[in-house]
Amino acid sequence: MTLNAFAEARRFEAVVAVLDRHGRDPSKLIPILQAVQDEYRYLPEEIMTYVATALDVSPAKVYGVATFYGHFSLEPKGKHVLKICDGTACHVKGSGALVDALRSELRLEGKAKTTPDLLFTLETVSCLGACGLAPVLVVGDDVHGLVTKDEALRIVRDIKRAEASDGGN
Amino acid sequence: MAGTDTGRIRPGELEAIASAYAAASGAVRRRVVVCGGTGCIANGSTRVFERLRAALEAAGERVVVQLDVHDCSGASAHLSKSGCQGFCQVGPLVTIEPDGILYTRVKEADVDEIVASTFGRGEVVERLLYRDPVSGAAKRGKRDIDFYAKQERRVMHDCGAIDPEDLNEYIARGGYRAARKAIFDLAPAEICALVKDSGLRGRGGAGFPTGRKWELALRQSSPDKYIICNGDEGDPGAFMDRSVLEGNPHAVIEGMLIGARATGATIGYVYVRAEYPLAVQRVRKAVAAAMAAGFLGKDVMGSGIDFELRVMEGAGAFVCGEASAMVSSIMGNRGMPRPKPPRTAEKGLWGMPTVVNNVETLAQVAFIVENGAAEYRRLGTAGSAGTKTYALTGNVANTGLIEVPFGATLRHVVFDIGGGILNEDGKPDNGAFKAVQIGGPSGGCLTAEHLDVPMDFDSLGEIGAMVGSGGLVVMNDSTCMVQMARFFMQFTQRESCGKCVPCREGTQQILALLDDIIAGNGTLETLDLLEELCENVAASSLCGLGASAPAPVLSMLRQFRPEYEAHVVEKRCPTGQCAALSPLRIAPELCKGCTACGKKCPVGAIAGSPKQAHSIDPEKCIKCGACIAACKFDAIKKGAA
Repeated sequence: MTLNAFAEARRFEAVVAVLDRHGRDPSKLIPILQAVQDEYRYLPEEIMTYVATALDVSPAKVYGVATFYGHFSLEPKGKHVLKICDGTACHVKGSGALVDALRSELRLEGKAKTTPDLLFTLETVSCLGACGLAPVLVVGDDVHGLVTKDEALRIVRDIKRAEASDGGN
Repeated sequence: MAGTDTGRIRPGELEAIASAYAAASGAVRRRVVVCGGTGCIANGSTRVFERLRAALEAAGERVVVQLDVHDCSGASAHLSKSGCQGFCQVGPLVTIEPDGILYTRVKEADVDEIVASTFGRGEVVERLLYRDPVSGAAKRGKRDIDFYAKQERRVMHDCGAIDPEDLNEYIARGGYRAARKAIFDLAPAEICALVKDSGLRGRGGAGFPTGRKWELALRQSSPDKYIICNGDEGDPGAFMDRSVLEGNPHAVIEGMLIGARATGATIGYVYVRAEYPLAVQRVRKAVAAAMAAGFLGKDVMGSGIDFELRVMEGAGAFVCGEASAMVSSIMGNRGMPRPKPPRTAEKGLWGMPTVVNNVETLAQVAFIVENGAAEYRRLGTAGSAGTKTYALTGNVANTGLIEVPFGATLRHVVFDIGGGILNEDGKPDNGAFKAVQIGGPSGGCLTAEHLDVPMDFDSLGEIGAMVGSGGLVVMNDSTCMVQMARFFMQFTQRESCGKCVPCREGTQQILALLDDIIAGNGTLETLDLLEELCENVAASSLCGLGASAPAPVLSMLRQFRPEYEAHVVEKRCPTGQCAALSPLRIAPELCKGCTACGKKCPVGAIAGSPKQAHSIDPEKCIKCGACIAACKFDAIKKGAA
């Protein structure tokens, strides 16, 4: 087995485990795709095709489901995912300004959500249900409440600094 | 005696567990509850909890985090985490009983002082108490704080008080006795009749009578039936379902068990939004504990009835909150609604009868079965029995999750519980009140003239608003109602599933018209067209999403017509929120002529000599606001002088 083929087989190993865990049941397509995305941070096209074949449904069906739900991403996401809540309370309390500040800090232009170095993805999400803390910024699994522009920038700069020093080691 | 750790609990053992729990809890001197809801965790309550444990032990307290119902000797302090206590704004929250103390904004650094003062000397740490937003007076505990004292907490009575991960504590509060009664003492038709008599209506928005829904499902002769708990709480600004699932998951599970018994369902799903990871985790734990105790699974409580409960995470689609769309999503498809009839109670999951009930609805069922329909009706109005939870947010002094009887007025909620309005600078100022958006992106706007309208399904419907899921966003006079309408419209437009034309195309066109108004391209004709389009989309959409999507726009347009007219006729945004319609000007009396603004202006629109008042050329100005940020004297103003 060549190194490439070996890496390729490893790549699918995780999907097979996910499929087996859900009994290859087509009605479990959504939990399957959620688990796949947890593994790869997005839904690679060849993996979606693989899932379709394994569940005996058409690739179009898998693609249809993957594009319908907001949580699924067909593009690789950054290592650090920043989510700004754009629910009503956060909106009223200035989440729009946070988005602008972070987009300019991360130099995201046009419709780009992910930085070219795949370090950051910035997305707005609908209400996270933490309205008492509006505006809310979620970094990975950490929820930051009552976030100011300066604080948001500080969080991002801290991550950048930590990444830079990791890279140096 | 059996507990959760020794396996199944026999139905006759519930009372024994409750009294053992009471004995165990009576033996500890103090109970400390640290709020472990999403909001307080975000503010660091987990670290406060750990620090409290260490500090209490260091002070010689014998700390337990979960009471052992078999052996209550030896512990002196019971330290537990609760679900959301509703007052996230001043979190992390720590309550200490029996002292009746509520500490707010507790940081790790405060822990040693709490232990030394309250545990050591029985004194209160005054600086950690909640202060009245207007008078500034310190309040000792929940009983003294209007935010809590003026509520009527029924659904959320135990939410935020009990440890949601301790099944025994739920049982100690009377839990699973209603399910036992439903299974052993009542026939399915009797349960349906009881719930119908109670007047319970769905809390998800539409307000359909729950008992009638159950009866319809019961009548279907099908071997397989399902019950779904709708926890896909997508309305921005609403978080009651999250709080109930996080704070008292067994109440929802018990409600589903009773619903399953009433309808004959043998499989249930709890469909929770994936944005609520903590709620998902707590529900999964609670389901596992209920399984181990024999309250779920095969042969529930030894009755011969089977009820399997599965948990599914949503994947980020607002429309899945609609019953038929949710059914489609659970089957692994795109979550698109279908025309009705047949209702999902007749044909749902895999074509079988399926009851879909909201979290808050299900959390009330045990109370009804245990206490009867008359007791349930004691609160609320004739057409809307019981209580309703509201997520109170926006420009109001106290924000958080509250519960009041149906029929309570907006005045009571906003001023008594909410503590009044905050103005643009965040200061208490009731004169700054402008409106309240109720019911999120499906609801409408209430203004000062509606402050005394009783809030219930029917009264709100009559004035073009709705209870909806219960989001209440308070807005002060700096809020632009065109921008707000656009905010909600953008939300529903993004979430439209695209199946039917009126919703898919109509929401886009409504949004485009609002954008025209905001950009200064609107005319009076735009307003008429907007109104007509809204009415058509509402009348012709397939499901509730499209039918209610235009409601906020229509309601704001009708309540605030002069504000809309100012945008299109005078080309002026009265609140200065719409950049294109808010000319910038320099107040000469405030300008010191420091030239800072002129240096920042990207288009050279600011002229003036040093130490002389500057001015802005409206022809050149692009209203970017760079000068506002540059001015140290607050001399640059939006809108006409």
